[in-house]
Amino acid sequence: MNAGQSASFRRLFDEVGPVDCVGVEERVAKYTTRSLKKAAKLWGLRTAVTMVDLTTLEGKDTPGKVASLCAKARHPSDDPTVPPVAAVCVYPAMVRAARRALGPGAAVRIASVATAFPSGQAPLRTRLGEVRAAVADGADEIDMVINRGAFLAGEFAEVADEIAAVVAACGDATLKVILEVSELETFDNIRAASFIAMRTIRGGDFIKTSTGKTSLNATLGNNQVMLEAIRDFYLETGTAIGMKPAGGIRTAKQALQFLVAVKETLGDAWLTNARYRFGASSLLNDLLRQIEKERTGAYQAPYYFSEAAESY
Amino acid sequence: MSRLPITKTPKVYVGGAFIRSESARVFPLRDAAGNFFANIPQCTRKDLRNAVEAAAKAGPGWAKRTAYNRGQILYRLGEMLEARAGELADAIRLGGASKGAAAREVTAAVDRLIYYAGWADKYEQVLGNVNPVAAPYFNFTVTEPMGIVGIIAPDEAPLLALLSLVAPAITSGNTVVALASSAQPYPAIVLGEMLATSDLPGGVVNLLTGFRKELVPTFATHAHLRALAAVANAAERKTLALGAADSVKRARLFKGEAPIDWFADTAQGVHAIRDFVEFKTVWHPIGA
Repeated sequence: MNAGQSASFRRLFDEVGPVDCVGVEERVAKYTTRSLKKAAKLWGLRTAVTMVDLTTLEGKDTPGKVASLCAKARHPSDDPTVPPVAAVCVYPAMVRAARRALGPGAAVRIASVATAFPSGQAPLRTRLGEVRAAVADGADEIDMVINRGAFLAGEFAEVADEIAAVVAACGDATLKVILEVSELETFDNIRAASFIAMRTIRGGDFIKTSTGKTSLNATLGNNQVMLEAIRDFYLETGTAIGMKPAGGIRTAKQALQFLVAVKETLGDAWLTNARYRFGASSLLNDLLRQIEKERTGAYQAPYYFSEAAESY
Repeated sequence: MSRLPITKTPKVYVGGAFIRSESARVFPLRDAAGNFFANIPQCTRKDLRNAVEAAAKAGPGWAKRTAYNRGQILYRLGEMLEARAGELADAIRLGGASKGAAAREVTAAVDRLIYYAGWADKYEQVLGNVNPVAAPYFNFTVTEPMGIVGIIAPDEAPLLALLSLVAPAITSGNTVVALASSAQPYPAIVLGEMLATSDLPGGVVNLLTGFRKELVPTFATHAHLRALAAVANAAERKTLALGAADSVKRARLFKGEAPIDWFADTAQGVHAIRDFVEFKTVWHPIGA
């Protein structure tokens, strides 16, 4: 890192405040000790279902697979009291198939990753073209990746300008900005990147941990850093930004721990799918399994549920 | 020089690791004379659930091993028991068995493993079949393992009875979650240490210790267990049979009231393997 870079990082850290690494790890370790039972657990599981962005992001995705995903998103379970999920999350090429499967104005929203997901390494006009195409095809939400190369080089204005260009390209679509925390390396960087993103996006837009395509994904630790950034930004400006951890959340137990983090950091106002989402493919099945366990009192076998989105 | 005693903390063998109960609860185990011996993990239904997850993970890999390899591994387990026969006999003697009786039980347990090791690549020839059909087809019946078998062992013959229930189930490629005797759990603790060194993949045999009344209802209702082999009293048999019917699992229930001779030849056999396999019949066209 040359002198210019480190100076620009130092300025940004001074501005947004540093992160107490040890404090964060200690704080999140406490979240795993909360005891949620019976009615509270059931409420948490159902709420988590409504927050799922049911995701399939694979090279082998087909329109048929996306249609199955959409069917599952609308009616996750035989049990009609289980609510639909928040959204399906697909590649731009599959947005049309998803819109066909869900119909116009469906309760389940369509999110599409765009901007040369997951690396973001394409010319800006290509990335913006992808966003416009996805929105034109019927995407309600766009998940973009930030330019990590520019961020790590200290070119914060470039990062912000690109996000602003995507905001403009989105039109009415909700924007989720993926920081890709595993490539930002430190909690200080995650907090700084969160602020850069939040200052550019609109209220109701989201910041998101990761693409799910790298080794390290959402953890309670980086989730906490981002939640605290959202809280500080809200107290400073009054603008409420949403949060989406993605990747690595596979069990209902983990999901409940993330919800505990939301409740204890941001409060009940964020316990809604307008402000908190889970990007996940196999999480939904485990949530359904635990809901069924609460209903019947018997532990369930995984094969009693329709296939997880990842195994179509 | 005086030396502080180094006593072993008993832990149960689940998923290839030695664990305490997730509840951190233990119960004291006393020897026949009433002296405190050790604290044994008091496993809960959550431990049972976790053990079933471990068994599920190990299942496909174990079932995919060749029959010959499963036989080799069972034989190796027998070797491990033989080498530490004295330790196992001491564990059995905690419950008051005489030296001779304990040694006899260990010998019988080793022999039982060797017996099923021999069956591993032979039961298919006995249980499977080529069926005569009135059309140009080969018609085969072959066996497949059921999946995860829940086992509840009795108090008498704490090692031999446990192994007599576990061995036939794993011979055919099932994985098991077994509750050891509540009164005499220590032989199962020692057995776990031998399982860990026997080439048996982690999660194929999962041993729990604890109280029957806490765990029997969960064994009965857990939908991921495909079958049960349990020595149980009348009330437990009712619970198990009702739960098994609800979750559509096979239940092989032994009456706990009547004494069972686990040393007898009738306590082993291919019938015990057959109890935990599914039969699949395949029609295959005969070529020209």
